[in-house]
Amino acid sequence: MTVTEHERAFITSTLSESRINLEIESDGMTLNLGPQHPATHGTLRIIVKLDGEQIVACEPTMGYMHRGYEKLCEFRTFPQVTTLVNRIDWLSHFANEVPFILAAEQLMGVEAPPRAQYIRTVFFEMARLGNITLFLGEMGLQLGAMTALFYAFRDREHVLNLLEAVTGGRFHPNFDRIGGLKDDLPKGWIDETKAVMKKIRGFCDQMETLVMGNEIFQTRTRGIGVIPKDVALGYGLSGANARASGVDLDLRRDNPDIAMAWKHADFKVWTHPDGDSFARYWVRLQEVRESTHIIDQLLDGIPAGPIMAKVPRIIKVPAGEAYVQTENPLGWMGYYVVSKGDLGPFRVKIRTASFNNVSVLPWVAKGLYVPDIVTVLASLYFILGDIDR
Amino acid sequence: MTALFALELSYWQETVLKVVGVLAAVLIPAGAFVQLFLFKMVSHLQSRLGPMEAGPHGSLQAIAEVGKFIQKEDIIPERADRFVFKLAPYVVVMTVLLVYLVIPFGPDMYFANLDAGVFYALAVSSVSVIGVLIAGWASANKYSLMGAIRAAGQLIAYELPLVLAVVGVVIQAGTMNLQGIVAIQAQGEIFGWGAIGNPFILTQFVGLFIFMVAIQAELTQTPFDMPIAESELITGYMTEYSGLRFLLFFIAEFAAVGAFGALAATLWLGGWYLPGLDFDANYMNVVGPIILFAKIMLVAFVVFWVRFTYPRLREDQLQAFAWKFLIPLSLINIVATGVLKVVF
Repeated sequence: MTVTEHERAFITSTLSESRINLEIESDGMTLNLGPQHPATHGTLRIIVKLDGEQIVACEPTMGYMHRGYEKLCEFRTFPQVTTLVNRIDWLSHFANEVPFILAAEQLMGVEAPPRAQYIRTVFFEMARLGNITLFLGEMGLQLGAMTALFYAFRDREHVLNLLEAVTGGRFHPNFDRIGGLKDDLPKGWIDETKAVMKKIRGFCDQMETLVMGNEIFQTRTRGIGVIPKDVALGYGLSGANARASGVDLDLRRDNPDIAMAWKHADFKVWTHPDGDSFARYWVRLQEVRESTHIIDQLLDGIPAGPIMAKVPRIIKVPAGEAYVQTENPLGWMGYYVVSKGDLGPFRVKIRTASFNNVSVLPWVAKGLYVPDIVTVLASLYFILGDIDR
Repeated sequence: MTALFALELSYWQETVLKVVGVLAAVLIPAGAFVQLFLFKMVSHLQSRLGPMEAGPHGSLQAIAEVGKFIQKEDIIPERADRFVFKLAPYVVVMTVLLVYLVIPFGPDMYFANLDAGVFYALAVSSVSVIGVLIAGWASANKYSLMGAIRAAGQLIAYELPLVLAVVGVVIQAGTMNLQGIVAIQAQGEIFGWGAIGNPFILTQFVGLFIFMVAIQAELTQTPFDMPIAESELITGYMTEYSGLRFLLFFIAEFAAVGAFGALAATLWLGGWYLPGLDFDANYMNVVGPIILFAKIMLVAFVVFWVRFTYPRLREDQLQAFAWKFLIPLSLINIVATGVLKVVF
C-alpha cells in the first residue's frame, strides 16, 4: 500500500496526539511548537498539550537536525575532526574544538606549551563572549524587545573581528591543533582585545538597564520556570542553568588538571539561589563580565615561548581511551575518544550541554502558560546543533 | 470639504472627492509611519542603517514593499473557511477608514461633522476586533486562533479605559463633537490667559496617559502585542495571510496608529489648530491638515518608540494591568474632572 505524503503527515500528527493523550486523559488542544517555530531558533519540536493557554504536558522531540557527527568523526583523521566539531554548537565554535584536542593530547601524552595554553583559554573565553552576548539580546527578543538583539549583534561583531584577525575565520576558526595552535597572535592584537573587552563590559551595563532592569522583563521572568537545586542536579543540567539553581559547579575552577590557563586567572563563579528564568539571565550576564576579566588577566600574564609542542608530522594516536570535558558556554561539553592506534578515532562520544538542558523542559513547563514556555526555552538557552549533533 | 473650493458640486462629484480624501488621509500617514518609523527610526534606534537601496537613503522602500506584496501569491489554506478568510482583512481596513470620517482637518475640512463624533469614533474603532476574530477562526490554524482570542480579550479589556479616558475630555469640553472640542481648546483660557488656548493635555494629562497606554494595546503594539507575538504565535491571526491580504492587515495596523493618533491629537493636543493662527480663516483648510499630520506623527513617534523598547507582557498580566490599574485610575480621573468642572 502506498501512503501519500498528505496521509503520512496526518498519521504522524494523530500519533503524536495519541501519545500525549495516553499519559493524561483529557481533551485539550495539542499544539506543535516547531519544528519550525521562532522560539526554538532551529528545528526543535515541542509537542504541547494545552488546557486553554495553560500547559498540561509538554514533550520536546529532538533529532530534526541530527547530522551524525559521532559517526562522521570515525571517518576522519584526528586533525580533521576539529573542522567537524566546530559546527556542533555553532556559536561556541572554538570552545568545541578544545575538549577534543585535549582528549587527543591526553592519549598521545603531549601537552601544549604554556603560551598556547594561554591563547587557547583566551579564545575559549572569546567564544563564550560571542555566544552569551547573543543570548543576552536574544532573550530580550523572545520576550518582544527587539532592540536588545541588535545591540548584541553590534557588540558581538567586535569579538568576531578579533577572532578573524588571528584565525581567519569568524564562525569556524579551526585553529586548535594537537599539541598547540596553528599560529601566534598578530601584532597589536592584545591592546585591541583589551579595548574590545571594555566595550563588552559597556554592553553588559547596557543590557542590565535596558533588559534586566525593565519592569516588564522582570514580571515576565521572575518566578517563571523555577528549577530547584535537586531537580537541576537530577536532570544533569550544567553551566549557567545549574549555577542559576544554586549549584556551585564550574569546571573552569573545579577541574584544574586539564592543560588550560584558567588556573592562572582569578575569577568568581556566580550562582543565584532562585533558579528561575531571571536568575539564568542574571548569571549569564555576570559570566560575560567575568569572562572579560579572565581575558584581561590572561593577556597580562601571557608568557613568551613556542605555540606548538613537538608532535610528529603524521599524527597517529596510541590506542587507549580518554574523556575530557570543559565548561563550554552552554554547559559541560565532553568528548569520550577511543583510539585503536589508527590515524582516526575508533569511536567518539560527544556529551553536549543542550541535550540535558532541554530535557528538563517537561518537568519545568507543566502548569505554565504558552508565553512562559518561550521565556523558559529562551532562558535555558540551547543551540539546536548542540542538542542533535 | 466642498466649501474649501467654493464650488457647487453634485452629489457624485462630492462622493468621489471624499473617497479620494479618505484614502489619502489613511494612506499618507500609514505610509509615512512605515517609511519613517518602521524602517528608519527603528533602524537608527537599533544602531543599524535600515533600507538604503531603494531611492535616496532608502526613501522609496515603502513603495517597493507594496510592489512586493502585490506580486506575492495569495495562499488560502486548504481547511480555511474561504469566504470569511477573504473577508476578514477588508473588515479590519474598513473600520479604520470609518474612524477617519469624523476627524476634522480644518474649519471646513471634514468628511462628516457628527454631534456624537467621539462616541462614533470609539464605537467604530472597536469593530476591528470582529475582523481579527474571524481572521483567526477562518485560518484553521491553532496559532491564528490563539492570537485572535487573545486579541479579542485584549481589545475588550482596553476598550474600557480608552472610553473612560476620553470621558474626562468630553466632560471638560461639554461636547462630543470633535470639531467643537478643537474649537473649545483653541478658544479656551488658562485663568484668563488665552494666548495658547487651553489644550486638554494641560488638564487631562492623566487621561492622555491612559489613552496612550490603551491605544498601545488596541493597536497590538509591544508591550501589548500578544495577539501577534512573533516569538510565540508566529504572527497570530495574520499567520496564514500572504500577499495582498497581508498587506491590507499591514496597512490597517499602521492606518489605525494614524487614526488613534489623530484622535489623541484632536482630543488632547488641540487638533488642527496651532495657537497664534486665525481659527476661522480659509487658509486653515490647507494649513490645518499639515498641523494635524505633524501632531499625529508626534503621537505615533511615542507609540513606536515604546514599541521598539519594551518587552511584551503576558496575557494575564495585561488583563490585570487593565482592570486593576488603568480602569480605577481613569475612574478617579473622571471623578476629579467632574468635581473640578463644578468648582471652576
